[in-house]
Amino acid sequence: MKIIFAIAKIVLKELVRRKDAYVLLIITVLLTLLSGSAHFFGDMKMVRYVKELCLLLVWVSSIVIAVTLAARQIHAERESRTLFSLLAKPLSRNQVILGKFLGCWLACGAALFVFYAFFVVTAVSRGEHWRLAENFQALWLHWIMLGIIVAMVMAGSLLFAAPSSNSTICFIVVLGILMLGRHLGKLAIHMAEPYQTVALAIYYVMPHLEFYDLRDLIIHDWPLVKWNVVGIATLYGATYAGLFLGLACILFRYKPLNA
Amino acid sequence: MNTNHPIEIRNLWVEYPSPKRGVPPKTAVAELDLEIRQGEIFGLLGPNGAGKTTTMNVLLGFVHATTGEAKIFGRTARDPLARQRLGYLPELTYYYKFLTADELLYFYTEIFGIPKSQREKRINEVLQLVDLEPARKRLIKTYSKGMQQRVGLAQALINNPDLLILDEPTSGLDPVGRMQVREVIQRLKNEGKTVLFSSHELGEVETVCDRVAILADGRLKVLGAVDALLREHNCGLEQLFLRVIGYQPGLHPASI
Repeated sequence: MKIIFAIAKIVLKELVRRKDAYVLLIITVLLTLLSGSAHFFGDMKMVRYVKELCLLLVWVSSIVIAVTLAARQIHAERESRTLFSLLAKPLSRNQVILGKFLGCWLACGAALFVFYAFFVVTAVSRGEHWRLAENFQALWLHWIMLGIIVAMVMAGSLLFAAPSSNSTICFIVVLGILMLGRHLGKLAIHMAEPYQTVALAIYYVMPHLEFYDLRDLIIHDWPLVKWNVVGIATLYGATYAGLFLGLACILFRYKPLNA
Repeated sequence: MNTNHPIEIRNLWVEYPSPKRGVPPKTAVAELDLEIRQGEIFGLLGPNGAGKTTTMNVLLGFVHATTGEAKIFGRTARDPLARQRLGYLPELTYYYKFLTADELLYFYTEIFGIPKSQREKRINEVLQLVDLEPARKRLIKTYSKGMQQRVGLAQALINNPDLLILDEPTSGLDPVGRMQVREVIQRLKNEGKTVLFSSHELGEVETVCDRVAILADGRLKVLGAVDALLREHNCGLEQLFLRVIGYQPGLHPASI
């Protein structure tokens, strides 16, 4: 476990030294200022609209960060040949995958924490309630979803030759699931065979990322989601992340690497 | 197998499958048997494409043997624990350039599981050994090529390894850098460490190595103590090397 944490720390350090974190911080500040500006209109509909827009941008940017960060990890190590110095040490390829995953996931978590913290502080400064539990649920499930995405992209980076193709395919898959995931089951019922079976199989096999979208809860001040439901969603996310990481480990274990 | 030897290779075959259908796989190493004994400096020689790097890749677990086996201190080379007592310096040193030498070495002490209380001491020792103390807080990307090679040597020594694998350690270094590397190798020998290194600098090999192996076309052609080989063939290592690989002036310049 110490080795996995050591690799994760290197991923985080790289993110900080590459200045990506500062770009993220600037984006966060701009988004929060946008959210804060709703105060001037004094119109609740406008406030909700700006909040919705703001959270949508955060969702898109968090997915972009997760996909691009995870997609380049193994490729960059191979391209820069640092992977060979690393694998010549007493660590397994599985530990490299898990360390990289942990680093990316923690980086995504740190970015989300900064955003949600800004978001809550801005809301409170406008006279709204803290709603800490609701915001925590939204943050937590958002982070779990990013864990599934990071694991999926890590597996993709060992399947596809170039990081750009991996990123593009993963973006399409993630956006497809987020937009169509909840409707696919209903659509399948109206399909003819064999398409119905195929659509239903996809519906039951794919990770339902839309489960993790609590934006409406924040925007419309809806009540808390039951904590046991949050727990089940966490387990569901951990299962899918585990499956993708397992696939990544298997693919990496048998990949020949020529120094 | 005798588990006392740092490296044991038995009937090693490595074949790379062709990406094209119907084309037979390329044999990189064939029927290789090799033992490297405790405390010796062993030179692995051969022209480009002879199988030196592939052999090292198998020992480091980067490439898996098609058949046969390679062991390090009695453990299969595929086992990560086999690399606990091993240090490796690649031909071209590539490290995380966004880290300082200090941070890079600290990272590797974590990987090797060196206790926290000993990390700083060990880092100081290797930085002094490779003469990088004054630049330890600078980012590696600001280092000259020679300094980067010395960081490579420092990371290879961070775990105080009993076996060192050096892939062309003096490649691209100036005469002073070469001398420093040679001194480090000699010092390791005096400490009883085992060193396997590949090099195209045959004069250097002749000076430093106890035994050498010459590979050509993936097969072992010559194996023996440097002194004995030179006496037996009554020539220098360079002439012996050229004779073994079948070089004739003007015939195969591209393959050397």
